[in-house]
Amino acid sequence: MLDICKVHKSFNVGTVNEKKVLRGLNLHLKEGDFVTVIGGNGAGKSTMLNMVAGVYPVDSGKITIGGNDVTKLPEYKRAKFIGRVFQDPMTGTAATMQIEENLALAARRGKSRGLKIGITKAEREHYRELLKTLDLGLEDRLTSKVGLLSGGQRQALTLLMATMNNPQLLLLDEHTAALDPKTALKVLTLSAKIVEENNLTTLMITHNMNDAIKYGNRLIMMNNGRIIFDVSGEEKKKLTTADLLEKFKISAGEELANDRVLLS
Amino acid sequence: MDAIISTLAKIPGALPGAVAQGLIWGIMAIGLYFTYRILEVSDLTVDGSFATGGAVCIVLMLNGFNPWLALLMAFIAGLLCGLVTGLLHTAFGIPAILAGILTQLALYSINLKIIGKSNQSINVDKYDLLVSLRWVKELALKNPLITVAIITVAIIAIFYWFFGTEMGCSIRATGANLAMSRAQGINTNMNKVLGIMVANALVATSGALLSQYQGFADVNMGRGAIVIGLASIIIGEAVFGKIFRNFALQLLSVSFGAVIYYVVVQVVITIGLDANLLKLLSAAVVAVFLAIPHLKSKYFAKPVKVTEDEEEVTENA
Ligand SMILES: Nc1ncnc2c1ncn2[C@@H]1O[C@H](COP(=O)(O)OP(=O)(O)OP(=O)(O)O)[C@@H](O)[C@H]1O
Ligand SMILES: [Mg+2]
Repeated sequence: MLDICKVHKSFNVGTVNEKKVLRGLNLHLKEGDFVTVIGGNGAGKSTMLNMVAGVYPVDSGKITIGGNDVTKLPEYKRAKFIGRVFQDPMTGTAATMQIEENLALAARRGKSRGLKIGITKAEREHYRELLKTLDLGLEDRLTSKVGLLSGGQRQALTLLMATMNNPQLLLLDEHTAALDPKTALKVLTLSAKIVEENNLTTLMITHNMNDAIKYGNRLIMMNNGRIIFDVSGEEKKKLTTADLLEKFKISAGEELANDRVLLS
Repeated sequence: MDAIISTLAKIPGALPGAVAQGLIWGIMAIGLYFTYRILEVSDLTVDGSFATGGAVCIVLMLNGFNPWLALLMAFIAGLLCGLVTGLLHTAFGIPAILAGILTQLALYSINLKIIGKSNQSINVDKYDLLVSLRWVKELALKNPLITVAIITVAIIAIFYWFFGTEMGCSIRATGANLAMSRAQGINTNMNKVLGIMVANALVATSGALLSQYQGFADVNMGRGAIVIGLASIIIGEAVFGKIFRNFALQLLSVSFGAVIYYVVVQVVITIGLDANLLKLLSAAVVAVFLAIPHLKSKYFAKPVKVTEDEEEVTENA
């Protein structure tokens, strides 16, 4: 489904701040894979997702989604294949627009936008039903501005927008990191439910090792722009946080000892 | 005392002219509202494209064009002005403000070339002007107030419809959140170019109408247009913001803002203020209004009132 092939990416090339972030990254995802991604700060996790989404161009390498070579496609054209939820709840929705307008924008992802009406009556009913599944009472507030919602509500809405037309690939970048523990759990549970029900191919970055083990069928650990550990299936189910910590130490040395990964 | 009364007595006579001017500038302010408020791009092209609209319209009419056709050509000229700024900004990565300043400067030369000199008048007796200040006090169909009011309402109606369409929604999203828009497959660069084009088309149309109204086009007629446009938006929001919630009414309030601006200017001039100080005054007023939200949040932060809506949010979170 997703193929990342020998992708290199550096920032600030030619300056003192030059930073090689991805060094020949390879990753292959099968259809329906739910992959959790862990790794220390600056390991290149977000950069990997950004490369897939097309936020920045790759320096070299190739990315295909469902057989389509997207390496040269601009971000907005790749959106046809991809649903995304960001770390910052503000990023995924338009605060000054209504809940239903945000959903209508997402419903047209990958389709051409012409002079037809921006949101139809039938859609509105459909959105009401969809919002009911969130169980946050949003179905009665279709015309409220999204800016009035809490961070958790916005993330749940973004999740709905990202998944409503079954994207080929779902990218979640620490999408519960900015939420309080209770809300985070709620959004995470919801994410897993949606992913499983629709069999979505998913990459989920998290800093919580328990979550990384608990969710998904495969786990990858990144360090210094490469994948240093990759387990799936039965082997993954048997993982413990102690195992992961051990891996961290071996590959990254003691420099990570006070990284926040170890604290969680 | 007599002097004061006789001065004040002059004001009513000057009002129709002020209202007509305000309505005409209101069209330009609606264009600016498009970039400044909806796209959240500060576009300074307008000072140039306003005069371009006037220049194109007057020169074409002098060359025998039908006035409506001349107006349409001014509109198209405005689209092209916007295209230049839009491409400088999106395709070449120049910050929007700078891109606008560059186009505006270039337009000064171009406007001079279009007119052939710095100023060109058109004779209201010889040409079939759509609007002219000569008829502004007449109770007749050719009164410019009627024509401009109809054009304004038509523009607002089209905008109201357009921003409800798929494309219109995607332009609003572009202004509201770039990252989200791209993630939802919206071509944000194209939308920005499109928006800046349409905005400048309205600005040029407004310039074309003003040059007909006053009977001449002048390369300097757009100087400070951006400030007048911003003043109109701000005044409109300050006066009508609480009561005009609907989008069409918000656009109308921009037009009304421009009318209020020109009425105030007229009154101030009639009372005897040195007209040379006008731009200073306008700039000061706009600066104060733009500063208020910032100063308020910095020095007068009030404890947030919890509204019903917000209570609900916390409960559900
Ligand atoms: N746009 C950018 N310009 C310059 N440097 C960048 C940019 N984006 C990321 N980097 C750098 O690339 C490195 C990897 O960043 P990235 O965001 O991918 O890390 P991460 O694994 O997601 O870390 P975290 O857990 O902190 O989110 C960091 O050193 C970061 O400073
Ligand atoms: Mg990150």
